[in-house]
Order: sequence, then structure tokens, then C-alpha cells
Amino acid sequence: MRSRVLKAIIKKDLLEVSRNRTAWVPVVIIPLVFFVFLPALFLLLPRLSFFQSTTMPTNLDPGQVLSVLPEEVKARFAGLSVDQLIPFAILGYFFAPMFLVMPLMVSSIVAAESFAGEKERKTLEGLLYSPTTDAELFTGKALAALLPAVGFSLLSFVLYTVVINTLGYPIMGRIWFPLPGWWPLIFWITPAVAFLGVLVTVLVSARVATFMEAYQSGGMLVLLVLGLVVGQATGIIYLGVLSGMVIGTILWLVDWLLLRFCLRLFSRKVLIGKV
Amino acid sequence: MIQLDCVTKSFGTTRALDGLSLAVRPGEIFGLLGPNGAGKTTTIRLLNGLFPPDSGSLSVFGMDPQKQGSEIRARAGILTETPALYERLSAEENLLFFGNICGISQQKLVQCVFEVLDLFGLEARAKERLAGFSKGMKQRVALARALLHDPELLFLDEPTSSLDPESALQVNDLIRTISRDGGRTIFLCTHNLLEAQRLCDRVAVLDAGKILASGTPAELAAALFPGVRVEIDMEAPAPVNLAEKLAVCQGLRSIQWEGGTALMDLADHADIPGMVATLVSAGARITRVEPRPVSLEEIYFQLRKNHGGHT
Ligand SMILES: Nc1ncnc2c1ncn2[C@@H]1O[C@H](COP(=O)(O)OP(=O)(O)OP(=O)(O)O)[C@@H](O)[C@H]1O
Ligand SMILES: [Mg+2]
Repeated sequence: MRSRVLKAIIKKDLLEVSRNRTAWVPVVIIPLVFFVFLPALFLLLPRLSFFQSTTMPTNLDPGQVLSVLPEEVKARFAGLSVDQLIPFAILGYFFAPMFLVMPLMVSSIVAAESFAGEKERKTLEGLLYSPTTDAELFTGKALAALLPAVGFSLLSFVLYTVVINTLGYPIMGRIWFPLPGWWPLIFWITPAVAFLGVLVTVLVSARVATFMEAYQSGGMLVLLVLGLVVGQATGIIYLGVLSGMVIGTILWLVDWLLLRFCLRLFSRKVLIGKV
Repeated sequence: MIQLDCVTKSFGTTRALDGLSLAVRPGEIFGLLGPNGAGKTTTIRLLNGLFPPDSGSLSVFGMDPQKQGSEIRARAGILTETPALYERLSAEENLLFFGNICGISQQKLVQCVFEVLDLFGLEARAKERLAGFSKGMKQRVALARALLHDPELLFLDEPTSSLDPESALQVNDLIRTISRDGGRTIFLCTHNLLEAQRLCDRVAVLDAGKILASGTPAELAAALFPGVRVEIDMEAPAPVNLAEKLAVCQGLRSIQWEGGTALMDLADHADIPGMVATLVSAGARITRVEPRPVSLEEIYFQLRKNHGGHT
């Protein structure tokens, strides 16, 4: 595997995506909405006086709010006032699975462009006739989707951390984020999910004819994220270091299985029948 | 350079290649002629190792395309039926990308790109996106890509089929230049007989996956149309009883009329003076006598007729 070939493929794929506005606009909008605008709104609104007096249940018992959560989770919330508890729970926990939308979305957009898109635009043939190996083509294209997916996720994470620590400071009185469970989320689950997005899109791309179809079918993976959101909200899944590592490991195993299918599909012999 | 022996390849129930054998020699322009669906593109794909043959053996540069496909592709260039270029990228970006994946060294790459852009008259628009290019310009970019890594062997799959006559001529000129400079071998697939006639040293006629005949156009003509064909113009009216008088003429095989022009098939060059003398003594006023070479088109249709193909 030659790194120059990989680099060239990555660069070319990203250059192409960057020139398709429908592809990259959501990549910019979504993190801004979810990880800057919404948390900012959430932290600022309660501090407007009219809002505070009408909606904040100041006399609520923290224990009551937390009753749905498992015991070991409750321990994490000990010593927080109700004011602090809500941002802590929502921004520190409930938001976490939403975070996975980022790697999933970016990786499936780029992969849909680079796998289904090349087929749609009939440019694949030029690649197949190049002196690259099947493995180089696949790796280059997979990395072209993975790297920005992980990169944008990290960037969103940094933005999110800055926003909620700054705007949340008056409420929390300290730098409280990231919580420990976020480390496996960002560095173990996120790449696994990004890879999952790539692989599922590659499999879908083998069957559909256009970028849009591949992108939309790849979007079905968002259901996975919804599952995690619901799991988190109902207290079935608790984002801690251990559970994060376990979920991540399961995802990597799934990735490994899918990768074997993808490699079988992504060979010149199979691809040439489709150009 | 290229060798195929009894190669067969089927797709489902379609037999694309049916016992194909041919050889291409170094330095020549070899033309593979055939109608749509004859198996031309399939042959190129096999030779580049994109899929294996069902049976038979083939080699390019003495290597097996299935085992050493990427070595072969590194030494060969290709112009595919559709240009297969990135429309959102500029001509220069396209060439830099393909140069990089072809393994041209970084120092040389910029120079190579500059040279091919210059050769194909594309420097002025090198930085524009391909989406705005005409078909002829895209074809030139595609040719530039095929030549970028200075390949010894060039596969051209219907290089002019989508071009207007003028661009087609330009591309033909470029192909001739490319073959002459650097002594490259060219494997040209086409159904354009005039193009093959202009460019090819040797041709093979392919139909339904089988070779009907191969050789230089002159060899094929000699095999199919033995003797010479002579065009004779004469002033009207032609003398009466001309056919009767010509019947005794030596070596005359057939005669056809195209207006005031007689097309005569004679057994040999040596029969021409006797035939002209007969015409003159019959009272014909001859204005032109010219032996006519058999065109590839005539060869092609004759071959297909002989093999029961529809013309
Ligand atoms: N991937 C494929 N799947 C199924 N059939 C195929 C495939 N590729 C080629 N064929 C069939 O094989 C035959 C030869 O096709 P090929 O493309 O080699 O012809 P060609 O000589 O290049 O024709 P054209 O002048 O139209 O380009 C055709 O009948 C075609 O339908
Ligand atoms: Mg073809």
C-alpha cells in the first residue's frame, strides 16, 4: 500500500465533495445547531428572568428527578442543586448519543459521494484502469470518508466543550465538562461509528445508482443513534467509561464483519460490471 | 507485445469473446474493428486485468494480466469509451490526480502535466473545471491523461466516436503524432472504418467475439478481392455493344457502372493495357483510367457477408 496513492485519492475525493454544496452544507450546519446553538439556548434561557419565574421548578427534589436512573448513576449527581442538575444531566448525558450523528453523517456523505457518486458520474472506470490495487482504492476512499468524519467530530466536541463550560460557568461554578464517559465516546465509539457509516454506505452504494440514494439509505443509520438516545433517556444505557468501551468494542466488531463483505464487493472484477 | 490465444469470455448467457486469438507487435498501430457488441471493450478490459477470461491465455508485455495487472496498467495508457474524468475538477487537477496514482515522481509530475497540456493545446484552460468543456476538449484531456505517464502501449477505445468530423480529424492527427514520437504501440478499437484506414498498420475484424480476418489492409484486400480494380471515366454516350466486345477481353472478371464510370475487376495489373485498347477500338472516348485500392470498408462488408453477418 503506497501512501502517496492513498493521499492522492483522499485529496481528490475531498476536493470533489467540497465542490458539491448539497453534500457539505449539512456538515457545517448540524454541528452549529446541535453543539453550539442548542446548548447555548439551553444555558442562557433559564437566566432570563421571566423564564426563570415561570418554568423553573425551584422547589423540586433532585432525588425525584433522578429516580429513573440506576443507582450508580445517581451517585454522579450527588451534591448538585436542581439548577445545576438539569444542564448537567441534559448536556452531560442526554446529548451524548446525539453527538454520534456527526461522524455518521460526515462519513456517509463523503462515502456516498466517493463510492456511489463515482459510479453515478461514470468516473470509476478511470480508477479501475489505474495501476492501483483494489486494496489501495478501497483504503484511500474509506480514509477519505473517515478522516473528516473523525476530524469534524473532534472539532464539534471542542466547540461544545468551550460553549457549555463558558456559558454554563455562572450556573455550575466550575469547569465541569467533559465528563469521564465522553472520553470513550469521542475516541473509541466515534471512530467506530464513522467507520460503520463508511461500510454501510459502501454496501448500499454497491446496489444503488446515485449519490442521493446512497446518502439517504446511509441515513437510516441515524436510527441507531436514536436508539442510543432513547436508551440513554430511559436510563437503560448509562454513558460511563466502561459502558462506553463495551459499546465501542461491539461496534468495532460489527465493523470488522462488514469490512469483510465490503472488501469482497470492492474488487475490479465486481466493479467493472457496474460502470 | 500483446498476445491472445483462444480467449473466451461470457457474461451470463452472452458470449462476448469466442475463441479470440490475435497478436500485436511492438511499435505498430493495431486496429480492432467491429460493430457494436463485437467484444472490443471486453478485450481491452481483459488485457488490463480487470476481469479474468473464462478460458484461453493472454499476455501483455509478456505478463499475465490477472497476476500482474497493476504492472501492466502502470506501463500502459488507456482512453476509455467515455472519458471518465472528474467534471468538478479542473483539467490540471485531473491530471495531477492521475499522475499521482500512476506513481509519477513528485518532481517530474508538474513537468509531465505541463507537457501534455501543451501537446494537446489545453494550457489556456487548464485551471477551468471540466464541466464547462466541450466533448472534444474532454476527449483531449482524456488522451492527455492516457499519455501522462509516457506509456509504451496505448489502448484507445473508440477515440472519436462522439466527436464531430473536425475534432475527430484533430484527434486522429494527435494519435498519429503519439505513435510516431516515442515509438509507442497503439491498440485501437473502432467501428469507424475510415479512421482505421487512416491510422492502422494492421487490423483485425471482430464480429460476435470471433476474428473474421486479420492482417494489413492490403493483405486483407488481396485475399478478399484478388486482382485489381480499375476506374475508367468515359464520355457519354458509351459505344453500343461495349459489353459484348469486352467479353473477349483477357482477365476481365466483372464490370459495374456508376454513371459514366466503369468499375472493372481485372485479374492482374498486366491486363490493364489490353483492356484499354479494347475499349478504345470499340470507340470509347476515355478521359481517365485509375487503379483503385480496395477500401477497408469494402473489405469489412465483404468479410461480414462471407461470414453470414448482416451488413
Ligand atoms: N459487464 C457486462 N455484463 C453483461 N454483459 C456484458 C458486459 N460487458 C459486455 N457485455 C456484453 O458482451 C458483449 C460485448 O460487449 P463489448 O462492450 O465488449 O462490445 P464492444 O465491441 O465494445 O461494443 P461497442 O462498440 O458498443 O462499444 C455485448 O453483447 C455486451 O452486451
Ligand atoms: Mg465498446
